[in-house]
Amino acid sequence: MSRLLLSALLGLAASLATAAIDPHQFETVEQQERYQRFTAELRCPKCQNQNLAGSDAEIAADLRRELRRLIDEGYSDQQIIDFMVARYGEFVLYRPPLDRNTVLLWAAPVAFGVVGFAALGTLLIRRRRSAADPEPPLDAAEAERVRRLLEGGDELSSASRQPVNGGDSR
Amino acid sequence: MARQRLILFLPLLVFIGVVVLFFVMQREMGRGEYDPQALPSALLNKPLPAFELTDLHEGRPVTSDDLKGRVALVNVWATWCPSCYYEHPYLNQLEERGVVIYGVNYKDVPEKAKQWLAEKGDPYALVLDDRQGRLGLDLGVTGAPETYVIDHRGTVRMRYQGPLDERVWQESFAALIEQLQAEAQGAGA
Repeated sequence: MSRLLLSALLGLAASLATAAIDPHQFETVEQQERYQRFTAELRCPKCQNQNLAGSDAEIAADLRRELRRLIDEGYSDQQIIDFMVARYGEFVLYRPPLDRNTVLLWAAPVAFGVVGFAALGTLLIRRRRSAADPEPPLDAAEAERVRRLLEGGDELSSASRQPVNGGDSR
Repeated sequence: MARQRLILFLPLLVFIGVVVLFFVMQREMGRGEYDPQALPSALLNKPLPAFELTDLHEGRPVTSDDLKGRVALVNVWATWCPSCYYEHPYLNQLEERGVVIYGVNYKDVPEKAKQWLAEKGDPYALVLDDRQGRLGLDLGVTGAPETYVIDHRGTVRMRYQGPLDERVWQESFAALIEQLQAEAQGAGA
């Protein structure tokens, strides 16, 4: 059963991987690498979250063709980015420049990280402090109450709501 | 102790917040007030891109300058596009009301396009043959139909993705077209 599932998943992955291969021969390996880098980093304008390499949309195919043309004609990286942004806006960039609209996008991961580490830090400090400072032993009255509780009796109904040592133990 | 208890509820509160956020977004999507696919046009308030194409009917050359001078719609369409079937009768109506519409026949077979217009009526003042989709690319078209509003200077003032009908026209176009007509008259006087 699991083998069947695995082969089905692998088959699906294979069909996705071959979805967007257009035969084209670049003159240099460097051009080929630039093409692959750009198809990975440019987002298909029709799709919500797929890059040009992964999308089978008509518009993605057009943009790949256009990208090949730009690379063949010797456009620089910045010129290619400008070409795409002039037509489809910064939506097509998976790494948009930092400006007023994208500041939240760029800052949020850092902010989440800071909050997370701060929480972790306080937790660790608190734990270390409580380990260094164990709870004080019970005094005579408390020990008497514990003994009575363990033996059973009507203590449960009247006094069980009061915390035994008066504080948060954890 | 009480404060510690409250912190335990923090994840629940965050969860409730997210649920409320999604619920509101869903409702706005249902009402058509929020569209996650909507993409602001990069051409907004910029001139229509320069092009040199041919007229679908006669094959004579047409450039971007031929589209300037009048407040008009630039409608990107194709015979392979199902929503264009839906939209076409409404474009005919708009043309009868005196709206200038330029057509961009996008990535289509010219013969099929001509036959379509012969059968269903031709609301276009001019139809550009963009069989390569080059103008579509320069416009930032992501599919058909798409409609651009240009003012008398040939500046793109709005882009609408999807088919036009009376509701869309009243909601998104009518007021803008009126304003642009006024601007054009102001400039002409």
